[in-house]
Amino acid sequence: MASSFLSKLWFWPRFFWRQLTSMRNALILLLLLAVAAVPGSVYPQRSADPNGVKFFYDNEPELAAVLDQLQLFDVYTSVWFSAIYILLFVSLAGCVLPRTKIHFEALRARPVQTPKNLERMPEYLSEAGDSSVLESAMVVLKKRGFRIDRQQESISSEKGYAKETGNLVFHYSLVGVLLAVGFGGGFSFSGQRVLVEGDTFVNNLASYDSFSPGALFNEGQLEPFSLTLDEFDVVYDLANRANIGQPIDFVASVSADFGQTQTTSDIRVNYPLAAPGANVYLTGNGFAPVVTVFDGDGNISYQGPIVFLPQDSNMTSLGVIKAPDALPEQLGIIAFFYPTAEKLTTGAYTSIYPDPISPLMTMNVYTGNLGLDSGIPRNAYALDTTNMEMIAGRDGPVAAIELEVGQSADLPDGLGSVRFDGLLRFASLDVAHNPGGIWVLLFAALSLVSLTMSLMVPRRRVWVRLVPGGKIEFAALSRRDDPNLPQVLEEIVQEIRSGSKK
Amino acid sequence: MTEVVLNEPLSQVSLLFVSSALAFLALALVLFSFQLVKLSTVEAVSSEAKAASSGSIMVDEKIATDKMTATERAGFILLWVSTAILGVGVVLRGVAAGRVPWANMYEFSISGAFLILLVYLTALKIKDLRFIATFITGFALITVFAAVSLFYVEVQTIMPALQSYWLVIHVVVAIMATGFLAVAAGMHIAYLLKASDRARKLFSHFPELLQLERIAYRFNVVGFVLWSFTLIAGAVWAERAWHRYWGWDTKEVWTFIIWVLYAGYLHAMATRGWNGKRAAWLGLVAFLSVIFNFTIVNLFFKGLHVYSGL
Repeated sequence: MASSFLSKLWFWPRFFWRQLTSMRNALILLLLLAVAAVPGSVYPQRSADPNGVKFFYDNEPELAAVLDQLQLFDVYTSVWFSAIYILLFVSLAGCVLPRTKIHFEALRARPVQTPKNLERMPEYLSEAGDSSVLESAMVVLKKRGFRIDRQQESISSEKGYAKETGNLVFHYSLVGVLLAVGFGGGFSFSGQRVLVEGDTFVNNLASYDSFSPGALFNEGQLEPFSLTLDEFDVVYDLANRANIGQPIDFVASVSADFGQTQTTSDIRVNYPLAAPGANVYLTGNGFAPVVTVFDGDGNISYQGPIVFLPQDSNMTSLGVIKAPDALPEQLGIIAFFYPTAEKLTTGAYTSIYPDPISPLMTMNVYTGNLGLDSGIPRNAYALDTTNMEMIAGRDGPVAAIELEVGQSADLPDGLGSVRFDGLLRFASLDVAHNPGGIWVLLFAALSLVSLTMSLMVPRRRVWVRLVPGGKIEFAALSRRDDPNLPQVLEEIVQEIRSGSKK
Repeated sequence: MTEVVLNEPLSQVSLLFVSSALAFLALALVLFSFQLVKLSTVEAVSSEAKAASSGSIMVDEKIATDKMTATERAGFILLWVSTAILGVGVVLRGVAAGRVPWANMYEFSISGAFLILLVYLTALKIKDLRFIATFITGFALITVFAAVSLFYVEVQTIMPALQSYWLVIHVVVAIMATGFLAVAAGMHIAYLLKASDRARKLFSHFPELLQLERIAYRFNVVGFVLWSFTLIAGAVWAERAWHRYWGWDTKEVWTFIIWVLYAGYLHAMATRGWNGKRAAWLGLVAFLSVIFNFTIVNLFFKGLHVYSGL
């Protein structure tokens, strides 16, 4: 009674486990995983394209909210995507673990008992012969690497255990990849920093513009080092007419202080700098014009390089200058920089070449409240003009200010003046480390080798039997598709024949 | 990077070769289609005749499939010629650009078509795969035509992100994988045509279903291994160029999806009740994803793999 109750209780878990670990289920989960990955390529993902998500929200806020509820902006960390791959890996373990046990036993066991009816095997040959053929067969099969079992009047042999070994190792290395991705991601970090020529960056949390740590990251992982951007160079294609102005190389020349060692080095795209505990990558670049702003009292209220964000391939760039200490009122400037300026018929400027050949800066100047004291974090690259009044600019009371390098101009109403002191370049650097990376690579390489083994190595059984009456039977069987099986058996029989005649 | 002087006149010569390969491919396709139709009608008639006069054996039945007809021979000569001409075009393009000829969609397409033809013609030496000549030629023709008409760009120096030896390794293996998977897709189509109730008669001269399935499997297996390598090599390159080995960039997503689909196909082949038609459909869907990844994802999806040059 009790045992029947228990077995009933046990029925469902066992049923589900069988279902989950069946090959059919693994197949369905794989197809589900493929389908579930699709939306991540259709909708912008927070991890890969945060601006795309913001853009989506701005354009279609209601739809975006719904999509967000469904985690469609975070597909690859979503509950449903995770559920599928976790089930898939559970199913994998449930399938592979018992098979490992069986395989271990097979590796130690003798080849199977020779079947009664060899003529039913996919490949079968028979001819007249005596026991000398069996002796010869032992030699030939052994030489060909078969595992042999002599059973009275027959030989049973098997080869290609590496096929199943490869299959199992492949699946285990996928688990390895998953674990390495998980743990490695936990301890990983990447920090972004914009560095203007001449600036120095010290590797600690405070000096990053943005920083994304893994869940298990601790600040101690940041090794102390510092980096100075000495010069940033862009090499343009000048040799080919059709490509003139196309950048062919970006070179950030840096001086690095790694504590023990000081070096100078170049960071280029595809060629990061190996710093202690992290690699430093070059991810972007642009112009940083040096500007001085004098306020109405003649005091310097801003001085230094401003990072301008590139807007097009000819490096038309946009920058924002904020002078909160200017008197009598705060000053804000939205400035455009054109490395090679050309005036359009509309009166607006555009850049026609990315290198500074005739650089020009235009400024729209605002006065009023910059909104910096309200406690709301402000984007350094944007100016909130709601509480400001335009005093110079397109469609303003006075035309926009235009400056070439070295020029200065007065602001209207005695509010001060601005000066374009010089031109520098900046580099966007990314300091990143993922300790799991090397393990992911090792497991991936292992999976590739074992996959190849599992798919290419044939597993074959060959039998030779002496039938009373002077007949010899040869038979072969292969697991899965094996186009060469007939030919292989033919060869083996040939070798056995020539061996037995000697 | 050392400055590369592009050779534009030479790239025009290359384009000439590629375009003429197009003409030869078109001719070969006409001949193969003609042959296919002829065989189908012969077979259809012969099987009807067989049904009508049960017992009397059609003498010519085997000859039609085993021996090459003049049409077929001419088709294969044309196919060899077009492959050779296309090969010259691809090599000249590389010489003109001073680098490997697969840095944008146009170049990837012509290199890919060339490799698919080469894989097929080599496979022919080992195994009688004449029956998918129409499919392979048609596929190569469409690829080269799309390259010349839709994807064409002048020779360009490549952007810094592509200046890496990984461009050679990652992309060449991707092209090879596509070549093997394309031949397998041809087998899947042949299988599904032959297995369909309506078209069965027309394609009775194709090999047996079991054999079609096996050939498809073999090509898919090689393609899958190469695809896995492409994925791993891409991750290694991404770690150098984009400071992370995997970031779910749209192209990475689709490479992953394709890998999973082919993994599903391999499981299907080992699952009772899932091989046969279902596996063939799955393999075909997987290959359509490869095409989708190369065309739609390249051109219309936002991502980091922006190298179409368009």
